[in-house]
Amino acid sequence: MVAGWFTGEGDGFRLLGTRCAACRSVFFPREDTYCRNPGCSGGDLEEVPLSRRGRVWSYTDSRYRPPSPYVTDPELPWEPYALIAVELESERIVVLGQAVPGITVADLTVGMEVEVVPGVLDEDTGTTWTTWWWRPAGVAR
Amino acid sequence: MTADVAVLGAGMHPWGKWGRGFVEYGVQAARAALADAEVDWPEIGSIVGADTVRGGYPGYVAGATFAKALGWQGAKVTSVYAACASGAQAIDTARAQILAGMADVVLVVGADAAPKGFFRPVGGDRQDDPDWLRFRVLGATNPAYFGLYARRRMAVHGDTLEDFAQVKVKNAAVGALNPNARYRKRVTAEEVAASAVVCDPLRLLDICATSDGGAALVLSSMEFARRRGVADPVRIRAVSTVTPRYPHTVLDLPDIATDSAAGAEPAGEPFRASIARAAYEEAGIGPEDLSLAEVYDLSTALELQWYEDLGLCGGGEAAKLLREGATSPGGRIPVNMSGGLASFGEAVPAQAIAQVCEVTRQLRGQAGDRQVVGARVALTANQGLFGHGSAVVAVR
Repeated sequence: MVAGWFTGEGDGFRLLGTRCAACRSVFFPREDTYCRNPGCSGGDLEEVPLSRRGRVWSYTDSRYRPPSPYVTDPELPWEPYALIAVELESERIVVLGQAVPGITVADLTVGMEVEVVPGVLDEDTGTTWTTWWWRPAGVAR
Repeated sequence: MTADVAVLGAGMHPWGKWGRGFVEYGVQAARAALADAEVDWPEIGSIVGADTVRGGYPGYVAGATFAKALGWQGAKVTSVYAACASGAQAIDTARAQILAGMADVVLVVGADAAPKGFFRPVGGDRQDDPDWLRFRVLGATNPAYFGLYARRRMAVHGDTLEDFAQVKVKNAAVGALNPNARYRKRVTAEEVAASAVVCDPLRLLDICATSDGGAALVLSSMEFARRRGVADPVRIRAVSTVTPRYPHTVLDLPDIATDSAAGAEPAGEPFRASIARAAYEEAGIGPEDLSLAEVYDLSTALELQWYEDLGLCGGGEAAKLLREGATSPGGRIPVNMSGGLASFGEAVPAQAIAQVCEVTRQLRGQAGDRQVVGARVALTANQGLFGHGSAVVAVR
């Protein structure tokens, strides 16, 4: 969906952020202009893949259809999806994402390990918009 | 020089779904505030409007829009936008003009005509806008964030759905007594539990609605108030408009991720707590001095979070404070005696002004059946999208 936010396929799939060469702050979504740490003199921002696994900081779901610009087909019944906020230990950052389809809030607990996998946000006849999904670690798709 | 400004007048347009334009709500609120202040509109030296993004250009230039509707009279004019903190920034702007001697008496107005259902970003294809992106990429509505906070409180502090429901029960009971509130019916815990889940674990009655409404204040220098024979007005003693400090480590609207703490240690004080601390420091008071507080209860669970961030109790103790009745009418520190957003719903640029209208009535002893007996010091607290602090300390 958004250029440069993730890369790779299968087990090689990773979220992409940037990291300040001076202070080691990590930014996601990527920050390509300035390091935003006010205590940093400012270093080069280098693209960096984020950790593949993290722990659930919190989670919720969306029982009602979100408004535009979220893309859904109003002709189809609404299928709720879960949203998971995931804490990445080495980057010390929390990243929000949708859970893989079929994972509901009943499957989740705060603190459990999840991993990032490639996902599909939406597709029509000509285009597939890819995204990232979180899924409980070690669960087969 | 005193750091106080006087609240000479407070006025509101009742909240609801009226189906009219925001200008009408703002003008009615302004006229009510002017009448309450016994100040004529042509005497106003400056008007500050809190902007609404839902009114096209007139909404973006709310100050001039209200001034035109009231009748051009040559006042200074300002329009401010800070999302939910717009009203607090409008108050702060008026106060700065008064304290700087640039204006003696200022009219502050905020009003909104909100659409039904979820708030959504303004239109277009805007991939550089974090608010647009969180909807497009994640479908993350405002209640989704409320749900995340609520679930986190349950996991970390052991809050229960029953605790959340009791916030609604408390606020609805006082909102039922407030003629400006949209919802004026008491609610039971059973009704909360029976309402539909919107974003787990929060139900429809845990989450505030979107509303139409307006609120206005007439603020003046203390000298102007004395000249008008108002010897002991409600006074604004502090306005907090602070940003977070890097790294902001709590996932906040409208962000997809937090700041990373890999390059700098977090301050140890979350953003909402820093909003309150800035207000306390400026006013020279602490939480123990408060007679009442109005907080931004976008959800029931978020009201509990504010108890801790305002220092009304220790971390994780909010549900206990609620259960003890401390934040209920007659308690040690009543919270949201207006009925809160639970009873009003969001009318974004008006709400922070409405909070000050409520505490003005309370500090004057004019709050009727909702009156906090002997109220002397009040705090309002709010938070605007994109990192806008918002808190006001008013005293009598």
